[in-house]
Amino acid sequence: MRFVDEFRDSDKARALAAKITGLCEPGRQYKLMEVCGGHTHTIYKHGLEDYLPEQITLVHGPGCPVCVIPMGRVDDAMALAAEPDVIMTSFGDMMRVPGSNGSFFDAKARGTDIRMIYSPLDALKIARQNPDRRVVFMAIGFETTAPSTAMTVLRAASAGLTNFSIFCNHVTIIPAIKAILDSPDLRLDGFIGPGHVSTVIGCRPYEFIARDYGKPVVVAGFEPLDILQSIYMLMLQLSRGQSVVENQYSRVVPWNGNLTALKAIGQTMELRPYFEWRGLGFISQSALKVRESYAAFDAELIFQVPGVRVADPKACQCGEVLKGVLKPWECKVFGTACTPETPIGTCMVSPEGACAAYYNYGRLTRTRVKEAIRS
Amino acid sequence: MCLGIPGEVIEFLPDQPDLARVEVSGVRRVINVGLLADEMPEPGEWVLIHVGFALSKIDEDEAAAALEFLEGIGQAYEDEIAALAESRIE
Repeated sequence: MRFVDEFRDSDKARALAAKITGLCEPGRQYKLMEVCGGHTHTIYKHGLEDYLPEQITLVHGPGCPVCVIPMGRVDDAMALAAEPDVIMTSFGDMMRVPGSNGSFFDAKARGTDIRMIYSPLDALKIARQNPDRRVVFMAIGFETTAPSTAMTVLRAASAGLTNFSIFCNHVTIIPAIKAILDSPDLRLDGFIGPGHVSTVIGCRPYEFIARDYGKPVVVAGFEPLDILQSIYMLMLQLSRGQSVVENQYSRVVPWNGNLTALKAIGQTMELRPYFEWRGLGFISQSALKVRESYAAFDAELIFQVPGVRVADPKACQCGEVLKGVLKPWECKVFGTACTPETPIGTCMVSPEGACAAYYNYGRLTRTRVKEAIRS
Repeated sequence: MCLGIPGEVIEFLPDQPDLARVEVSGVRRVINVGLLADEMPEPGEWVLIHVGFALSKIDEDEAAAALEFLEGIGQAYEDEIAALAESRIE
């Protein structure tokens, strides 16, 4: 197996794999979903599925907040960037996401002032340094980055800045998980809970999954052994007919989350009644917008955005991949028309997207090739 | 954006509340520690950093393990460190 030598603690991995196999009921298939781009990355890079018995399939859910932004919202962002006095600021992974007329990267090449930044605080600094320009921050991410955006808005407010705003595209993980649980397409047995989102929201928000849907949840760390151990914990619960939330990543994730972070979000933002997710359609209460009291920092109020809904390209099957219904290699355009160099959809654009992760790592695993041929 | 990176707190900025200088893989930059108001880290302690904010405190062993893991990720980690190196929030 290709990655065994590169993988430290491979003995421990094999030991866990043996225990996991021992917990499988004969003849039963198990589908476990992870909703964190970081987990997808680790799973593909280390070929973790090859350590697991064939009965267990890992399904990749909508863990990439860049991937779920619909094309229409990207177009809105491009419109903001095109405003003559605007400096658009964005994280790196947003730069190549295609809208109807190219990406931030393309617009930047054409001369639009779009700057890649590491932190929303960098955008604040740019606003201070350019009082005659209006700086817009493209705010994306789940609850992991929302607190940082919130704290930045609070700092902008206390500094009395009048030339800084955010285009808020923060999404929340729980409604997406609920939408998947309610979807008739998929029968899941358990969830590998996201790592860093949970440092903010804690483990309690997942309790409805265990309580109301009867599926066990284990919040997992990012290392291969973390994920294997979490899978073991899930299988143990399943073998005992249990469904509770467990925290395998307790060395980093506090059960109650980060109260300061949650308060900052609550102070500056509120839930939109609904928001469109690429591939999942409209989901209620699944995204954040700026509160009225901070309207001076809301780019959607300061500027006109087209707000046009744009359908995905016909060939694009990102929706099904995001829901975990299709594996990346099952998409008709995977690896042919759609590659990291020429992405059609966001699952391929973002390095955290399932397709990009698979393209970069998964294809090299022999077993994967066998499976692709078999299916 | 995606990666939470461990950094060691070096010192606080005396005239700027919530800002601290950290060291990440040999790079020293200023980040915001305001989200840890309830459990402010001391110099020498380690934090998990996302987009210029410390999200949680971690112990040194976890920081070392996380760093080793991240260095194994390759390009994505290099990109994150490069982005952090460009960051000048103070």
